Amino acid sequence: MMLKNYNFPKKDARLYMSFMYVTFASLLVGGLMGLLQTLSRSGEFQLPFGINYYTILTVHGVILGLVLTTFFIVGFQFALMGKTVGLSDKQRKWAWIAFWTMLVGTIMAAVTILIGEANVLYTFYAPLRAHPAFYIGLALVIVGSWIAVFTNFRQLYVWKKANPGQKSPLLAFMVVINMAMWFIASLGVAISVLVLFIPWSLGYAATINVLLSRTLFWYFGHPLVYFWLLPAYMAWYAIIPKIIGGKLFSDSLARMAFILLLLFSIPVGFHHQLTEPGIDPTWKFIQVVLTFMVVIPSLMTAFSIFATFETTGRRLGHKGLFGWFKNLPWGDVRFFAPFVGMVAFIPGGAGGIVNASHQMNSLIHNTIWVTGHFHLTIATTVILTYFGIAYWLVPHLTGRRLTPRLNKLGIIQTIIWTVGMTIMSTSMHIQGLLGGPRRSDFSNYAGGEQVQTWISYQLAQAVGGTILFIGILLMIYIFIQLAFFAPKGVQEFPIAEEEVDAEPTPKILENWYLWIGITIALILFAYTIPMIDIIKHSPPGSLPFDWPIGRS
Amino acid sequence: MAKEKPKQATKSNDSDINLKGTFISVMLVGIFILVLWFGSYALFLSR
Amino acid sequence: MHLHKFEKIWLVFGMASLVLFLLIIGFAAFWKGTHPQSHIETIDPQNVEAHEAFKPENLGLREVADGKYTVNIVASAFNYDFGTDADGKAVKKIRVPKGSTVLFQITTKDVVHGFQVAGTNVNMMVEPGHVSRLETVMKNTGEFTVVCNEYCGVGHHQMFATVEVYE
Repeated sequence: MMLKNYNFPKKDARLYMSFMYVTFASLLVGGLMGLLQTLSRSGEFQLPFGINYYTILTVHGVILGLVLTTFFIVGFQFALMGKTVGLSDKQRKWAWIAFWTMLVGTIMAAVTILIGEANVLYTFYAPLRAHPAFYIGLALVIVGSWIAVFTNFRQLYVWKKANPGQKSPLLAFMVVINMAMWFIASLGVAISVLVLFIPWSLGYAATINVLLSRTLFWYFGHPLVYFWLLPAYMAWYAIIPKIIGGKLFSDSLARMAFILLLLFSIPVGFHHQLTEPGIDPTWKFIQVVLTFMVVIPSLMTAFSIFATFETTGRRLGHKGLFGWFKNLPWGDVRFFAPFVGMVAFIPGGAGGIVNASHQMNSLIHNTIWVTGHFHLTIATTVILTYFGIAYWLVPHLTGRRLTPRLNKLGIIQTIIWTVGMTIMSTSMHIQGLLGGPRRSDFSNYAGGEQVQTWISYQLAQAVGGTILFIGILLMIYIFIQLAFFAPKGVQEFPIAEEEVDAEPTPKILENWYLWIGITIALILFAYTIPMIDIIKHSPPGSLPFDWPIGRS
Repeated sequence: MAKEKPKQATKSNDSDINLKGTFISVMLVGIFILVLWFGSYALFLSR
Repeated sequence: MHLHKFEKIWLVFGMASLVLFLLIIGFAAFWKGTHPQSHIETIDPQNVEAHEAFKPENLGLREVADGKYTVNIVASAFNYDFGTDADGKAVKKIRVPKGSTVLFQITTKDVVHGFQVAGTNVNMMVEPGHVSRLETVMKNTGEFTVVCNEYCGVGHHQMFATVEVYE
């Protein structure tokens, strides 16, 4: 079943590669926007051609946060499913429909943003009103991803039917967990966009319930970040062990961690709304407690990863307390890039606990600390792991090899990224604690000493941002090489195996009714009463506002 | 866990796997989390 | 399924830390009343003047008792309305003595805004239809910049004021 070292059939590989092309095109466009932002915020440069700062900020957030991530994840997960449980002709057709639906949606939204009709940032908070095409485009991206969701479900279902009584392959299990979470979560934003935003933006509904739309958005918004993270965890649990020459640490614990992530990723959206009016603080605190629960699977993951490294190293004969660490394959970019991602998740995760700590949120809410935080989590932990995957996945799909030269360039790319991000993210964290706001064009505000201290950190961010953009250019070069020019060959699709004497995985871990049932129960518990409150005590609705975002 | 299993004597699974380095590493992560959190909380209280 | 001894210790340590954090913030929130801003009061965003606190003459800083102040503000793209001074000029800076208790009340006439007195714990979302309200003691002296920290449109970064806390 597992044809690890054999390449996919051409028509499957072409499907998976299509997602990768969009991913890396997005990286280039979104990264360029990031560069322009940091330069513009330094106060030393002005955007050319009268381009608005908030237009590029919207492009940056939508293209990197929603498009790059979703395309990479769906493509990578299709490849994992194809490798572990197979892809039928019919499923392939549906996968293509998913791809094109998402792509059409992306282009619609992107064009709307670029012509300045949607300067609403990726969170599109009402009552700022973008052109309807923006919302419709986003809805198509989500609907397209749902087609992928159900295709993945079907793939595992068909495999299960063909292999009765066998436990599902670990990676297929993980993909289905992530897709189940994504589907349940994206219902929130879909309702918000389809029921609240689209009729209102077209003028069929006069007003919109702002707090309701925000609550639906953040019901989706936190699981969204876990949707980004889980594919990275898949690689950490089930792929990295193979790359370093080891075995799975524990199949059961990996599944358990993913189940906990499914349970506790969703009923936690209020921790993004801690300083908002109109939500009972007791319910905010309840969701803070649930948020802390979602830390636990990450604590488990930290242990599993170190333990994988240590057991592998000791088996290879490395002695001493940290001999296993010294002898990790530092020269292999398939390991090194994700490893830096793991390290970044230590301050990233720890910062996340601070952010979610109820009243302490007011220390950092909407300051640029938050931007620094998610540039560690998504833009380092997650993206470097994605890069780490791409180094073998792309040549595997194109029938080429990761050559020693490209491997070395990858190592350099990772180092550039690490340096750039350390400078940018650290200065963002500090500036945030000093009160500097996020999502804002350069401003002297009222002048004075306080603002002066912010500006020096903004200069540091421009330096970091420039270094990061060099890293992006190098990554694009490596991608093009791996896709079109690297020498033909066979690149391994690394999937770690269990120990021969591994304990059997408890059957209950695959009881989907149970886990999805608990997930829904937790969501109902966390959201029913506050949602009823929000709807029952809603103020008069908000009329749309076009002029603040420069629409006439 | 619902399906906690009794330790199997035949398994080389548990105590003889040396995970000392792992333990020290994760505890360092834990201490980092504590330091960052209490540092932030102190800053919050001082404001 | 079973856990290695060290993993058990690690998870117990980790979970105990999380419980400790929750106890600290829970105690502060429920017993000391330091919840994040969560005021439950609605208002018609098209007619904020109907609310006593947001009548034009009631905007800005007022001393309500010895050492106790109220600040009423109406936010709109891209301005904080702190009322006018004796000369009829818009107020852009308010001054309070160190250690005073200040109640900030703010609402918006149009889109979502933020209200942060940078460098303090005064940090609230301001949403149409709702009143945001936070009472705090100004512990530290200095000039603090008020920034709109939620994107409100293309002039978002030009929306600010100053709070000075003097000795």
